[in-house]
Amino acid sequence: MESLILTIIATSIPLLMAAIGELVTEKSGVLNLGVEGMMLSGAVGALGAVLWLENPYFGIIAGAMSGLFMACIFSVFTINFMTNQVATGLGLTIFATGLTGLAGAPLVGKTIPSLPKIEIFLLSDIPFIGNILFKQDLVAYLSIGIIILITYFLKYSKPGIILRAVGDNHTSAHSVGYPVKKIRWYATCFGGMCAGVGGAYIPLVLTPHWSEGMTAGRGWIALALVVFASWIPWRIIVGALIFGGITIAQLVGQARGWAIPSQILSMMPYLATIIALTIISSRISKNNSVVPASLGKPFFDTQ
Amino acid sequence: MITFTPRDKVSNYWTLIGPILSIILTVIFGLLIFTFLGFDPAETLYQIFISPFSRIDRVSDIFVKACPLIIVGIGLMFCFKANVWNIGAEGQFIMGTLLAGAFALLFPNVETKLLIICMLFIGFIGGALWAFIPAILKTRLNVNEILVSLMLVYVAMLFIDFIVRGPLRDPMSFGFPLSKPYPEGALINKISFPGIGYLGQLHYGILFIIFLIPLTWIFINKTLGGFKINVLGSAPKAARFAGFSKDKITMTVLLLSGGLAGVAGVIEVSANIGQLQPEVSFGYGFTAIIVAFLGRLSPVGILFAGVIIATVKLGADNAQMTMGIPKVVTGLFEGILLFFLLTGETLQKYKIKWSWNK
Amino acid sequence: MSNTKELDILLEANKINKKFGNFTANKDIDISILKGEIHALLGENGAGKSTLVKILYGILKPESGTIKINNEEITISSPNVARKNGIGMVFQHFSLFPALTVAENILIALDQKIKFKDLILRIKELSTEWELFIDPLKIVSELSVGEQQRVEIIRCLMQNPKLLIMDEPTSVLTPQEIENLFKILKRLASSGCSILYISHKLEEIIELANKVTILKSGKSIATIDAKNTTTKYLAETMVGKEITTLKKVQSKNLSKGIALEIRNLNKANTSDFGISLTNINVTVNYGEILGIAGIAGNGQTELMEILSGETICDKEDQIFLDGVPIGFEDITKRRKLGIETIPEERTLHATVPNLKINENTFLTYFPKYNQNRSFIGKILNNPENSLVESEQIIKENDVRCPEPNPMASQLSGGNLQKFILGRSLANNPKVAIFSQPTWGVDIGAATTIRQKLLNLSQTGKAVILISQDLEEIFQLSDKIAVLNNGNLSEVLSANDISAANVGLLMGGNSKSQNDQEESK
Repeated sequence: MESLILTIIATSIPLLMAAIGELVTEKSGVLNLGVEGMMLSGAVGALGAVLWLENPYFGIIAGAMSGLFMACIFSVFTINFMTNQVATGLGLTIFATGLTGLAGAPLVGKTIPSLPKIEIFLLSDIPFIGNILFKQDLVAYLSIGIIILITYFLKYSKPGIILRAVGDNHTSAHSVGYPVKKIRWYATCFGGMCAGVGGAYIPLVLTPHWSEGMTAGRGWIALALVVFASWIPWRIIVGALIFGGITIAQLVGQARGWAIPSQILSMMPYLATIIALTIISSRISKNNSVVPASLGKPFFDTQ
Repeated sequence: MITFTPRDKVSNYWTLIGPILSIILTVIFGLLIFTFLGFDPAETLYQIFISPFSRIDRVSDIFVKACPLIIVGIGLMFCFKANVWNIGAEGQFIMGTLLAGAFALLFPNVETKLLIICMLFIGFIGGALWAFIPAILKTRLNVNEILVSLMLVYVAMLFIDFIVRGPLRDPMSFGFPLSKPYPEGALINKISFPGIGYLGQLHYGILFIIFLIPLTWIFINKTLGGFKINVLGSAPKAARFAGFSKDKITMTVLLLSGGLAGVAGVIEVSANIGQLQPEVSFGYGFTAIIVAFLGRLSPVGILFAGVIIATVKLGADNAQMTMGIPKVVTGLFEGILLFFLLTGETLQKYKIKWSWNK
Repeated sequence: MSNTKELDILLEANKINKKFGNFTANKDIDISILKGEIHALLGENGAGKSTLVKILYGILKPESGTIKINNEEITISSPNVARKNGIGMVFQHFSLFPALTVAENILIALDQKIKFKDLILRIKELSTEWELFIDPLKIVSELSVGEQQRVEIIRCLMQNPKLLIMDEPTSVLTPQEIENLFKILKRLASSGCSILYISHKLEEIIELANKVTILKSGKSIATIDAKNTTTKYLAETMVGKEITTLKKVQSKNLSKGIALEIRNLNKANTSDFGISLTNINVTVNYGEILGIAGIAGNGQTELMEILSGETICDKEDQIFLDGVPIGFEDITKRRKLGIETIPEERTLHATVPNLKINENTFLTYFPKYNQNRSFIGKILNNPENSLVESEQIIKENDVRCPEPNPMASQLSGGNLQKFILGRSLANNPKVAIFSQPTWGVDIGAATTIRQKLLNLSQTGKAVILISQDLEEIFQLSDKIAVLNNGNLSEVLSANDISAANVGLLMGGNSKSQNDQEESK
């Protein structure tokens, strides 16, 4: 039971990281559909760094940097050159699939050490809960920390209010005197770093070696999670755990030899995403104030 | 500092020059990346862009490769023109193929080519049904079609895997996940040119494109239906003002693109594979997105774009064989190409001014 | 007045130039504003008023020119710099964030650090002091337009401004609200704050301002004392020619039967930002103009859509044409029956900017070409069919085009509106419904358009005019009703109702609508 819960948590961390990053990006009015691509580059970056420097912690940093690099490409085109965000995001994923395939080719067959667990003094001795909550790795703690921080940041801090303002009405933000493009750059880069770390977590904890397209649609599920959470940070935790649970449930099912074919079980997370999106979207279409009003719209500033 | 000023009229110059410039820039950037990764740029350039033209049979293979790309690309064109983002053509391709293939396997001894005609229809229905899911969710419940259509790609991949490993597996396949071979009537033959014989893998499926391109051109430019799609994509409110139903158009373009993806799948498998296997598409559904954009969402443009992208795909295959470059690099080129193409679209709408002081 | 001491000048701008592409928005504009003065900036749409004030507030960068504050030359590179120099601005379409609270909206435009608790306190203080009552914790999208303007004003007052710029502040207010606003502005001026007041409404300027600078085609053509001038003089200087007056001839010998009847119309809103229409009852007769006044965002868009058929009624017997229920007919069918609508948004709603004029004609004309055609002919029904008719519309309505058959985006606002009007009227409708027909159009074109409306009613057509311009409503209408928060007031004869009464009906707690583009 305990190990089951631990696996569910581990499976949900990449989704959690990528989704919270994308949430911040979307709050600023940018729709980055390249999460899958940023996660892929995070994964390959982490693998490369750990193989080279032989320390899993560098994997986290390298993952963040790879995601950041991808986010920068996205920002240049969508924010500065005002390209269509949907198409550019798709392009980013296609681009990243190619680039990581190329960069990952020499890494095939090599295995990296896993990210160590950090026990928190005393708390980790609490029976059951201690093992689940306080014997986690750095990224797990980090992701929860980021969620708490982002909740506070968006709700109470002035930069957070400005970020929301830019996503709400970029023309007004410009008239009040805020550099809309710069703020969107920051938000997109933050999203890229989070997605990169989320991607890095996959080789660092889940499967310690490279395979092409190893994120297997997690980036897209993370995008769906943001909608599922109605752009409210803590709800991402709930969503990510549900998806982690579904993924693990189908693995358990396969291991125990349920009568359902394994492929059908493997469809569960994707089907669950569609169902979740359907339920949430029909609610949102009645109450569309939760969606950042400028989401996906390019900003053109007259000077 | 770069500043943009809006044009009051879309620039025809940039509409033409944009794709050409994008291709040139993509080649330059691609070569820079290869050089950076330690590959010989001249050799890569030759392998990817020149070698596909080196022999006549190779040239005809370009058209074989371009065939599914063009058909799927035309389908996607309808969607993108209407501002509907179907990115699940890959899944629709698979489901169309699967449904038509299953149908063909019901008639193991049929030799008449009527069977393949039926399969084209069934493939259309299969792809359209798969696209119907995002379509109905989008029109009824306003669910984002991007994510739904994409999720369905994974589902379709798993589903065909299940089918060819399970219900439709050929007992004689020695454990390989393959269906029985298609009957003769389900196959598309290679074209035998009088006096020359076969030209590479060139097959009769090409005929479909010869019909499809002019028909699409007429539909887009000369019919009310094409006009409706265009208006919805440019100004949804104006479409409503004109009395065009957004839901109907959205549904139509999604079904049309799903159906065409299915047809592309049928042609591809019946001409080149001849049985069902877990992998039937090799990313045609995704690559077609780039083809549609490179073709500027016009049928003739897509024809050329399909040929260009197919060349790169074949070139990448050659590069993998001779130089050991993984063939996923085509993704790299496609991504960069798309970025530049989209920038070109911005330049159609805005004038660009460079100034170096601040 | 020429011997004003340098000390009295708060802001002085010299030789301001600004171009957008090939269009010159400001050419060598000079303006100087004294301390404690209410200085009006008058000009037609497109004369360069907004550009000039945006330069003064640091949103736009001038190509050349100098700005001095207290005789010290400064570069206003951004709104933050403007605010630091004591300049505040209230925007025409507001610079608010609908999803944020009032306090957050104010905090965002505040350059100094402040604790949230103190901020709330300060907002409450200011709102009592200036009688601008507002709840700091309310979400802005829930406020009426008038309340939103209060938020903008308080936001400026937080900074203790020396100069307050107001861009067309009265276009969204009821007469009572305007009166209150003027009181506040006069009080502010007497306390030493200068006000730069932009408007194209002449009476307002004479009532409020000390001085007025008139802009025309990007140039400053006169600065005069506002107390010693007349509206006629201002109007003619602003337009540059004599203004033709409307000819209103009472129509004779026309049957005045009921054309359109709306009976117990209810429609729930479909989105968060929409307005529900409740229990609307009204009739329009042939040969009559019904004016529907009201501040934008009180259900005008929704009413327009349900009348045009873009949205369909819940029940068939909510709208009648000539006594026949048409509630279930869609827009194409209603057009065929003789109801033409001219929506408020000229681009992206009434026309598609990147389509040619013949294609834009085809947009509403396509059903015509389907009649008496073969099956193939119906399939091949395309915009080329409307080439002749579009040319006719252009000719008959004096639509000035930069090239034959241009794209809609190449036409100026006034010319585009003339085209849209021409397109509808060429169908010879029984009922014509207009929403804000002269909004953002220059006076010349506006007069032409208004005259067309009058002519329509005189030739026996039924006309509905939805407008927030009270002057226009009174000028044209035979009877008047007011739309407020989705409710339509009693219909009164134009002779029996005063502007003040209409104003009272316009007020009340109306829910605002965000003038944002439809998402996606």
